Amino acid sequence: MTSAEQRSVTGAEELRDRTRKLLAAHPPASTDRLDFLRARFDAGLAWVHYPEGLGGVGAPRSLQAVVDAELEAAGAPDNDPRRIGIGLGMAAPTILKYGTEEQKQRFLRPLWVGEEVWCQLFSEPGAGSDLAALRTRAVREGDDWVINGQKVWTSSAHVARWAILIARTDPDVPKHRGITYFVCDMTDPGVEVRPLRQVTGEAEFNEVFLTDVRIPDSRRLGEVGDGWKVAQTTLNNERVAIGGMRLPREGGMIGPVSKTWRERPELRTHDLHQRLLKLWVEAEVARLTSERLRQQLVVGQPGPEGAGMKLAFARLNQEISGLDVELLGEEGLLYDDWTMRRPELVDFTGREAGYRYLRSKGNSIEGGTTEVLLNIVAERVLGLPAEPRTDKDVAWKDLAR
Amino acid sequence: MTDLLYSEEEEALRAAVRDLLADHCDAPGVIARTESDTPHHREAWKALADGMGLAGLLVPEAKGGQGATHREAAVVLEELGRAVAPVPYLTSAVVATEALLACDADDLLADLATGRRIGALAVALNIAPGTAYKVVQHEDGRLRGELTGIADAAVADVLLVPADDGGLYAVDATAATVTPQVSLDLTRPLATVTLDGAPGRLLGDAEPAVRRALLAGAGLLASEQFGLADWALTETVRYLKERKQFNRPVGGFQALKHRLAQLWLEVVNLRAAARNAADALANGEDVEVAVTVAQAFAAPVAVHAAEEALQLHGGIGMTWEHPAHLYLKRAKADSIAYGTAGAHREALAGLVDLQAP
Repeated sequence: MTSAEQRSVTGAEELRDRTRKLLAAHPPASTDRLDFLRARFDAGLAWVHYPEGLGGVGAPRSLQAVVDAELEAAGAPDNDPRRIGIGLGMAAPTILKYGTEEQKQRFLRPLWVGEEVWCQLFSEPGAGSDLAALRTRAVREGDDWVINGQKVWTSSAHVARWAILIARTDPDVPKHRGITYFVCDMTDPGVEVRPLRQVTGEAEFNEVFLTDVRIPDSRRLGEVGDGWKVAQTTLNNERVAIGGMRLPREGGMIGPVSKTWRERPELRTHDLHQRLLKLWVEAEVARLTSERLRQQLVVGQPGPEGAGMKLAFARLNQEISGLDVELLGEEGLLYDDWTMRRPELVDFTGREAGYRYLRSKGNSIEGGTTEVLLNIVAERVLGLPAEPRTDKDVAWKDLAR
Repeated sequence: MTDLLYSEEEEALRAAVRDLLADHCDAPGVIARTESDTPHHREAWKALADGMGLAGLLVPEAKGGQGATHREAAVVLEELGRAVAPVPYLTSAVVATEALLACDADDLLADLATGRRIGALAVALNIAPGTAYKVVQHEDGRLRGELTGIADAAVADVLLVPADDGGLYAVDATAATVTPQVSLDLTRPLATVTLDGAPGRLLGDAEPAVRRALLAGAGLLASEQFGLADWALTETVRYLKERKQFNRPVGGFQALKHRLAQLWLEVVNLRAAARNAADALANGEDVEVAVTVAQAFAAPVAVHAAEEALQLHGGIGMTWEHPAHLYLKRAKADSIAYGTAGAHREALAGLVDLQAP
């Protein structure tokens, strides 16, 4: 046994003990859900790798599983992490790294408990892959910043209490240097949220129009002009969140089509059989790669594979759901429901094959397009040179639009 | 619980094998050797088998081996693939050894485990586990017939030959006529084995022994294919950082970067599939699915990696002098060895209940 493993075992015992004490003091059966979650946060068992006083105990992240298993066995409520994914996965690590003590104390507890939902105001109609070209302006007025601009592809904006926002504070310097990172109050009267209907018929996302929104300087994260650097923390965590799920065999998009294949022999053709088997193999191998990455994280040796997992799952989701629609033949010509709705939760593998096919088209765009991620792999993993650039040393205001 | 990582001991083993191959098995030497009468690298084999004891990894200590597992053998094969080394490791230390482990032949097992002798299973290299293979005639302890496509038979001291009575027989290579075939893969050449009344010693039932041997061979071949693919990727990336055209490193062009990033993704996926197969073979759990998945995935990746290496090296990649062709030939031959990807997908259909129409 390595010394790291020994330390983890000791840590695991301590955490198990702490968890049992929490359960004894706040029996889930007779404790209000939010009260229990607040007590769990205060006991340092919310996210054990966070510091003491902020919901954690500074333990290795891998030991969270020990706490979660104890709590699940005791029937304790969770914080419904899928509903507050942006807060947990993106806002929280950024606040932890760049926030003032006051900001950490104010925001992290209600964020983790789920009392306050967060959204992300990053992408703009003119700034997608080239996010640093963003044009939403933040102008200093006394102790406040006044924000004007338009953001897009914002999930949960209509239910969010807070947003992480990046805006341009200095148009006279090159684009990466004139951006500042803020926490924006979504109840400000200048914030207007409109649903953005997408190819599936529903509206998971929103457009957000910001008109003279006032943000006090105390809600700035990081230094003025450092917003791009701060945003890297947010975006790196987004990719970890997207690629880091643990799946059983046939746990992803390959599950429904395999089930249909088994249950509906009349749909089978030789051509579909060959294609299904090929995709089944690729899905199983992607699952193993993801599991290998998880094992590396557990022993504290994260590999660069994480950058690739999103690429793999995007392509597989698209190809598998496309095959699924084709397999269904006449039924594949139908669609379950085009009604415009605003779903609270999104399940890529939910609903019918047609929905899954259309929704998966977003998998190679959201959280970094496949094309940009391939550049990232080529440059950061393989060390290949960047393309020559014409936009790095020019003031933002002088760039082509 | 499947362990898909490498242990510290496995990494130390890798480093030792890599050092040895760097000293004994460089590319120009391998190319020169392919044009000689002795394409196999006997000194490298001796160093691996005798010096390091690696031929006996799969054999229990009580039977003269190292008592290790498929996980360690897989690491050795990764490095042999990376060096496209012309040594009979997969054929003797894995396939023939597994066949003997299924039989009652401890003396032969110890011979192979210590590297005193080299063994070859006399089943054509293209045969997938669990499918039909050719046998020779058996009559009064004498064997007659011709078997083709036997990998590494030219260096084998003992041939393990399946016969028409259902038995697996050990035949001394000196009692057989072994004729090299001009082979696509210069570093794992095939041969024809002709038996004209050669004496054979019955080892046991051929069917379970051959099935077991080919399953292990197919599973661990994935690690060789991973090593090969990883070499192709690494070497191509290295070259494209250096090679300049249009006043820029060629590796800076986005069209090529995307191709290499895609290839990287295939290679890291192959590593997980190969590790999973090796771990399954070591633990005896979920072996058939793990091996068929690895083989259905590995061949196209290794071939793609070798093809990309040749193409992205441009003209130099097309020359006999550059080693890219050795890897391409090995990758293409590996895509047929122990069953094609298609054959493994077909087997998988039965294993995971995705039946054909």
